[in-house]
Amino acid sequence: MQSVTVSRRNGLSGLAPLLAQHTRLAVPAVALAAMVGFSVILQPRVMSYFGLTLLLRYSEPLLFATMAQLCILTVGDVDLSIGPFISLVNCIVSVSATSSPTRCALELIGCVIGYVIMGAFIQVRALPSIVVTLGFSFIWLGFALLTLPTPGGSAPDWLVSMMAFQPPLIPMPILLAVMVAVVGDILLLRTGYGAILRGIGSNATAIQQAGWSLLIGRTVLYGAAGLCGVLSGLTLSGLNTTGDPWVGAQYTLLSIAGAIIGGAEFSGGIVSPIGAVFGAGIMLLSGSLLSFLDISTDWQLSVQGGLLTLVLALRTFSAWGVR
Amino acid sequence: MRSIFLSLVTAAGLMAVTTGSGSQAADASAAKDTSKLGITLSNSYAGNTWRQQMVKVFQAAADEAIGKHIIAKSKVVNADASAPQQSSQIENMILEGWNAIVIDAASPSAINGSIEDACKQGITVVVFDSLATAPCAYQVAYDYVEAGRLPARFIADQLHGKGNVLVVRGLPGTQVDEDEYKGQMEIFGKFPDIKIVGTVNGNWTESIANKEVSGILPSLPKIDAVVGQGGDSVGTYQAFKAAGRPIPVITIGTRQEELALWKDLDQSTPGGYATVASSSVPGVSSIAFWVAQQILAGRQMPHVINVSLLEISKPDLDTWLKVTPVGAVATPVYSRDWTAKLIDSVVDHTPAPASPGPQDAK
Repeated sequence: MQSVTVSRRNGLSGLAPLLAQHTRLAVPAVALAAMVGFSVILQPRVMSYFGLTLLLRYSEPLLFATMAQLCILTVGDVDLSIGPFISLVNCIVSVSATSSPTRCALELIGCVIGYVIMGAFIQVRALPSIVVTLGFSFIWLGFALLTLPTPGGSAPDWLVSMMAFQPPLIPMPILLAVMVAVVGDILLLRTGYGAILRGIGSNATAIQQAGWSLLIGRTVLYGAAGLCGVLSGLTLSGLNTTGDPWVGAQYTLLSIAGAIIGGAEFSGGIVSPIGAVFGAGIMLLSGSLLSFLDISTDWQLSVQGGLLTLVLALRTFSAWGVR
Repeated sequence: MRSIFLSLVTAAGLMAVTTGSGSQAADASAAKDTSKLGITLSNSYAGNTWRQQMVKVFQAAADEAIGKHIIAKSKVVNADASAPQQSSQIENMILEGWNAIVIDAASPSAINGSIEDACKQGITVVVFDSLATAPCAYQVAYDYVEAGRLPARFIADQLHGKGNVLVVRGLPGTQVDEDEYKGQMEIFGKFPDIKIVGTVNGNWTESIANKEVSGILPSLPKIDAVVGQGGDSVGTYQAFKAAGRPIPVITIGTRQEELALWKDLDQSTPGGYATVASSSVPGVSSIAFWVAQQILAGRQMPHVINVSLLEISKPDLDTWLKVTPVGAVATPVYSRDWTAKLIDSVVDHTPAPASPGPQDAK
């Protein structure tokens, strides 16, 4: 498996990896387009500025959560703590952003540093990320409950009005999705250091022998994930207008599923920021589509899990075909 | 049995619970035609018996209303205890063009944004059970502080103001738990000789209460009473039994297994077993449904409609056990006429109509 991924990255085997790369992106893109199409047929009101804004409003926190997960998946780790982390950011913002902005900013920076420490810990002690991030998820939740024991508080007005901002012509969620996709794509796929970071995920030993610090690489990615988590919490606070220590719970599962459906591999090294944006959209729309079809939402989790399995299965098939 | 039934009906007030007799009151003040409109339920969580029963009662009320051409359509959407997901579902409901959205909220605060969106589109929003605080929504509210005071008062009474009490709390970080705890402490605070010797979180779940109480029991002195929030008492009881300790006064909720436990203890304990059963009931969804219908019909009402808890005392125990299936929660089902009377009482500041008795539960 390892050797296959490496040869793909180096582009040694010519056409085949190129094709695989495109299927990887085409599957979620086609799926998302089909889902939007169905939604519009079922509920024509969707196809308006107002309709799209309502439909996609809650994509923004999910988008950043998926990007945070993407950073972690890049090095072949999994982050089980992103959901509670988003809750923590939501609580901090609703408690102190209005009364003492400086304290709030310092605490949020502290949160990002917390993520950096988590990454360093995993690297230095060579621990499995699944265990460390699970442990940290309870730390985040604990801090969230300490910050805000019961739901309440309020997000600052500037944040709420920023989230309610309606740019001309193109709805805010779409604009933001494009921006995130472009920035992510440039940083991870089109810079030299991005390639190094992806290299840690596919063949850490080679990267280390080439003289790059794995510690720095991993902490950079964990820091970026923390930053995305903070952005996710901020957008969520702006949408909800208040804080709740349990609010983020679902983002752990959704972010993993979104990133994987969008073309990332659990084995690390292979990620696609553009695909992840599609993936986040698919996870969000699966619920809306079921609702428009009048199918009980009890099916939603099964459908989301089924989508994830289906995509992984399809990918295996296409990989065989290419080989 | 028959005499119990009769006295119950008399106590409850026959007029209040019989369908049909109060329809004039409902129609006179709520005259607009709602037969073309749709009322939907957004439920934050459907993973326990209480919520499933709540959804069933809502669907029954909606089916009845559709059958009688009072409304045109209805639908139930569940979220997985996730506030962002519920918000997203509410935004979808706005797109689908519902006239009223009835909400059991995932968070008191986190779905306010989408509720405001719905209100801005002229949609009637009614929240119940787990409330949301958006000011434009109508609230069908339980007073959970009072829900905490009730069992605490009973215990203070039973112990004559002196003894050791173990507190089993609900799910941490929820408003319901905070409120009930506040009510309990308010009562116990008045009795200096009542000592709170331990506090655990039972999360309103038998298995968790069992685990948590078992864990703390070895470190505790003799316990005279356990105050719970309902849904936890069987677990608490089993923990005491397994530890071989005498069974204290345990306040209970209104789930079938809790009522059955009460009956067992009552029969096996010489002199009977005294406790009190009280809880919010899943049938409250039918009140929320009819409140939404009455608002659509043009009824003017305050934004907060208070509902009192179901309290079961020993004489009613057998009747309630008979009508409550195994695994379910004892609950009355509220009719449109009963709800109209409730609204009247809130508007006129008169006492609320008596709760429908077990004979109306199905």
